[in-house]
Amino acid sequence: MTRLAWWIVFIIGALYFLVPLLATFIFSLGQPIGPKAAPPSFEFYGEVLTSPLFWKSLGYSFVIGIVTIIVSISLLMPTAYWVRLRVPRARPFVEFITLLPFVIPPIILVFGLIQTFSQNFVPLTHTDFGSNVLLVAAYTVLSFPYMYRAIDTGLQATDVRSLTEAAQSLGAGWFRILVFVILPNLRVAVLSGAFLTLAIVIGEFTIASFLARPAFGPYLYLLGSNRAYEPAAVTIISFGLTWLAMIMIAFIGRGGRARVAVNRVH
Amino acid sequence: MAFLTLTSIQKLFPGGVAAVADFNLDVARGEFVSFLGPSGCGKTTTLRMIAGFEKPTSGTITVNGKDITYTSPNQRNVGMVFQSYALFPNMTVAGNIGFGLKVRKRPKAEIAKKVDELIELMHLQGRADRYPWQMSGGQQQRVALARALAIEPQVLLLDEPLSALDAKIRIVLRKEIRSIQRQLGITTVYVTHDQEEALSLSDRVVVMNEGHIEQIGVPSEIYNFPTTAFVASFVGTLNLVSAGVIDAAAGRVSVAGQEIRTNRAISSAASGDIVTLALRPEGIALGDGPDGSNRIHGTIDDINFLGSIVRIRLHLNDGAGGKAPTTIALDTFNEPHLMVPTVGADVAVSFPREACFVLGASRDSGVASEDVGAKV
Repeated sequence: MTRLAWWIVFIIGALYFLVPLLATFIFSLGQPIGPKAAPPSFEFYGEVLTSPLFWKSLGYSFVIGIVTIIVSISLLMPTAYWVRLRVPRARPFVEFITLLPFVIPPIILVFGLIQTFSQNFVPLTHTDFGSNVLLVAAYTVLSFPYMYRAIDTGLQATDVRSLTEAAQSLGAGWFRILVFVILPNLRVAVLSGAFLTLAIVIGEFTIASFLARPAFGPYLYLLGSNRAYEPAAVTIISFGLTWLAMIMIAFIGRGGRARVAVNRVH
Repeated sequence: MAFLTLTSIQKLFPGGVAAVADFNLDVARGEFVSFLGPSGCGKTTTLRMIAGFEKPTSGTITVNGKDITYTSPNQRNVGMVFQSYALFPNMTVAGNIGFGLKVRKRPKAEIAKKVDELIELMHLQGRADRYPWQMSGGQQQRVALARALAIEPQVLLLDEPLSALDAKIRIVLRKEIRSIQRQLGITTVYVTHDQEEALSLSDRVVVMNEGHIEQIGVPSEIYNFPTTAFVASFVGTLNLVSAGVIDAAAGRVSVAGQEIRTNRAISSAASGDIVTLALRPEGIALGDGPDGSNRIHGTIDDINFLGSIVRIRLHLNDGAGGKAPTTIALDTFNEPHLMVPTVGADVAVSFPREACFVLGASRDSGVASEDVGAKV
């Protein structure tokens, strides 16, 4: 392919990505044409950012997201590590399990959870705390495909067996090996999984709505149902936050990649 | 008294494949023992069983009288150096060296002192704050060795630690490993497929083949008096020729119709049998040699100048009767006034009786009595 053809493909791709974004941004600035035309302003951004409901729902989803990330890492890192180290034959099975959230729609998942945990046996839906636990559990399941793959890719790039055996020969037990030897070397992979999980949790609507949780997803839906320009402003804000997260990953991961590259040269 | 003992060790992998079979070894305190053999001979598996990373199917391993066969690796106090260094990428040199002491909850001051000592011992001054990826392969392996030594292990295990390094660094590090081992008097087991490394480093060498011990001995014994065809062919270069036993008790054999005497009776064969006779190229000299030497006659086929030595190949018979001619090679030191015969010349060569020996049975069918001629 010639250089010109590459540029054409690049420009088409960039337009496909940027035009809707630009349209959303312009729309978020107010009505520029028609009988109710008004000069562009950041008024709706101001309204969104000063709304207590925006911050409350965003804060709630953020906290739920962090808890989900912690639970997900605690569950999947030892699993992925053990599968790679001791039972590599179980890998296809574990991969299949982690892909189930792609197959089972969230609506099925949440109805199943409500059906199971609203009974007398484990009545979690009867309290706010119980519902929050259910929400975290559901989000942890949703994070499986992203978190497991990110961790597994990280483990693949690390000589897990040698590092484990080296640490064992020096007297370390499993907990110390996982926390002080393996986890720090999966920093970038875990961060990638964590940000993807956070992005899913922040935008998720179905499960939060059916569990009646004051999350950001239901807030966005509510906003979109009642307002015209604010949802566009929120979209742009969310987009900015996502990019900020990705820049952070790139920044934190830069050192790690250099190390891996040098190690491979040796 | 043995410090490290492996008794009747056997390791079967799934499918019943015997990686190690009937392995018995006593290692004295402070001794440096090498496991030498080709890939897949079971040397690394045996080392990993000592480290605790593999469980033997049967047999026992004891260190200082204590049975550690089923002790977990982190309870054995056995230091290990890996071929891939296995340094923790997230830790500095000091962090790596001090890791084992930190695990043992030693005071910070003691850890710092020990780390400084080892950094000095390994000539790593000024690199304590560097990360593994900022260092060369040789430096990384020094750190790995320092890390293993920091915990003052009962036994130090080295799994082909130099094979990933270039030749010059390998020689330097080899000397340093030996020197440090002697200095600290630490019982060491070293795995390698490099015969030069094993012979130059070790107090004793264990030659392995297909999961079995072929021979255990001091380096000179392994090199000069191999007991099996495998050891003879694996260690050093060797002529293997087919010989007919004339008188087993007197050690008289016939090679290509010419009589040769060995310096001991042939116990593994009877008169009239065909055996494999081994001859080191450097043990053979041009000319008749002193009285009592073996003398044979042949025709020069080829002469190779290899720098410090000249390798001469000759055949002992014409290969009549459908048999391939018996050929041997001899090495002689190159010096300016060396009189080298020409190709096609008939020459006499000689060698002392102790330079030739009859080989015992070997698991390596590739080195059988039929495998006559120069193996050099």
